[in-house]
Amino acid sequence: MARSALTGTRIRARRNLRGLRQAELAREVGVSPSYLNLIEHNRRKVGAELLGALAQALGVSADALVEDGDSRLVESARAAALRSDATVEELERIDEFTGRFPGWAKVLAETQARVERLERVVEHLNDRMTHDPYLGEALHEIISAVTSVQSTATILGDAQQIEPEWQARFHNNIVQDSARLAEGAVALVNYLDAGKNDETGLAAPQEEVEYWLASKDFHLPELETGPADLEALLVGQVELSSEASRQLARQWLDRFRADAVALPLEPLRVALQELGAAPDQLADRFQVPFDQVLRRLALLPPKVMAQASLPAPGLVICDNSGTLVFRRGLEGFALPRFGGACPLWPLYQSLQRPYMRLRMPVMTAGRLGRRFLTYAYASAQTEMGFGMPNVLHATMLILPTDAVPDAGAEPLSVGASCRTCAQLDCAARREPSILVTAG
Amino acid sequence: MEKRVLVIEDEPNISEALRFILTRDGWRVDVSADGLTAMGAMQSDPPDLLILDLMLPGVSGFDILKTLRGQAMTRDLPVLMLTAKGQSADRDEAERLGVTRFMTKPFANADVIATVRELAGP
Repeated sequence: MARSALTGTRIRARRNLRGLRQAELAREVGVSPSYLNLIEHNRRKVGAELLGALAQALGVSADALVEDGDSRLVESARAAALRSDATVEELERIDEFTGRFPGWAKVLAETQARVERLERVVEHLNDRMTHDPYLGEALHEIISAVTSVQSTATILGDAQQIEPEWQARFHNNIVQDSARLAEGAVALVNYLDAGKNDETGLAAPQEEVEYWLASKDFHLPELETGPADLEALLVGQVELSSEASRQLARQWLDRFRADAVALPLEPLRVALQELGAAPDQLADRFQVPFDQVLRRLALLPPKVMAQASLPAPGLVICDNSGTLVFRRGLEGFALPRFGGACPLWPLYQSLQRPYMRLRMPVMTAGRLGRRFLTYAYASAQTEMGFGMPNVLHATMLILPTDAVPDAGAEPLSVGASCRTCAQLDCAARREPSILVTAG
Repeated sequence: MEKRVLVIEDEPNISEALRFILTRDGWRVDVSADGLTAMGAMQSDPPDLLILDLMLPGVSGFDILKTLRGQAMTRDLPVLMLTAKGQSADRDEAERLGVTRFMTKPFANADVIATVRELAGP
């Protein structure tokens, strides 16, 4: 068992609890009082034999004097202290505090961990409020209606004479905008109500992994420089709070590492500058599967993308069931957080045509629809033998069309999920949109 | 000769209100909901001032502003950007791209008129 720096402090605390004098304990375990004094002030390490003797004399187990979690407790206490602007003198006594009051130190550590978790949730929610495309569009609608009502009402309220024809027109505009305002407000309330039970934090290991990768701009430089130690990459990553999320992260890192080996950064950078966002040509040049190129492009260093005049792309991966198993969102193209996505996505079309490269322009439904170019491809992850279904993974790369000016054909109108989609008369709709419940 | 203001705004009721208040203030006002078409027309016949919405279908106000600033005829055109997006990042981006004035919605009619007079007045 690792000997911590706090063992001496614990020995002293236990001795005091038992009402023993230093000289008495020293005599009992066969060392000089001055040597025990050095140990108790953590200035000398304790050997295994002496530790056993001390534990026996103090009536506790050797484990109780060593306790593995010390360094974590100290670090948590230090983090809490720094947050509270503790003085240097107090910081210097952290070892003593955690050694003498391990129970209280644990309470402090748990409180500190909880604060950090809550801060992550707040950050996540704040991020969502800022970047949620539906919220953004709904608020834009409301502000537009308010602007129109305010401006028109000011005109009508002006002292200046307005011709009756204009007056009637403006009255009509106000009626229209008021109805739009009411409808927008109800839809917004419905949307927020529907989400309020979901938003208690990062819900699933997958989300923790995605959040973790997002905090790194979806790029891990360690994977670019040869065989990376995946375990080392996961050490101390507070976003990955559960074993499940760490396990999932390991799987993805393993895959991303293989992608980086198959498409090394420098040749890829050169090819990107030469060919631009052309995953088909990149796959041919590097002789790799098409979906490997799609994944690789979505996890390249932002600097390399910028050098090739490419914005950060989006990436989604689903399995045979259509469940999204990986998401990298991008501005303007909403990815559902829960439940199924839009069945019209080229991602799902590729599931019907495995190993066929798809290139399809899409436009997001809604008044402020935005155009994107998608590349999709499905391939078998695991072949399970005769009579068994293959496990497929479909991958879709999403690029804003300003990155690829020749996006071509008429775009397909798609949404995020039926729940928040503005394409109300869609034949693929599987549930009503909350946008019509205002009626 | 009366000066001309072009309004690129996809909300018809807002355009109508802007057209009314500016026309009454003595400006000739053209309105367009389609940024791409309006951009093309501006190259041959630029207005004296452009009122530009940020969030437009298809092409954004930022894209329009960037294009205008890259072309000789419209490099110095006064542009008043009206937007429901009042975040500082949007304001910073608009300023980086060379906007003349940035105003958030909802706006007061009097403020719009005063700004237009200031930017394109005699």
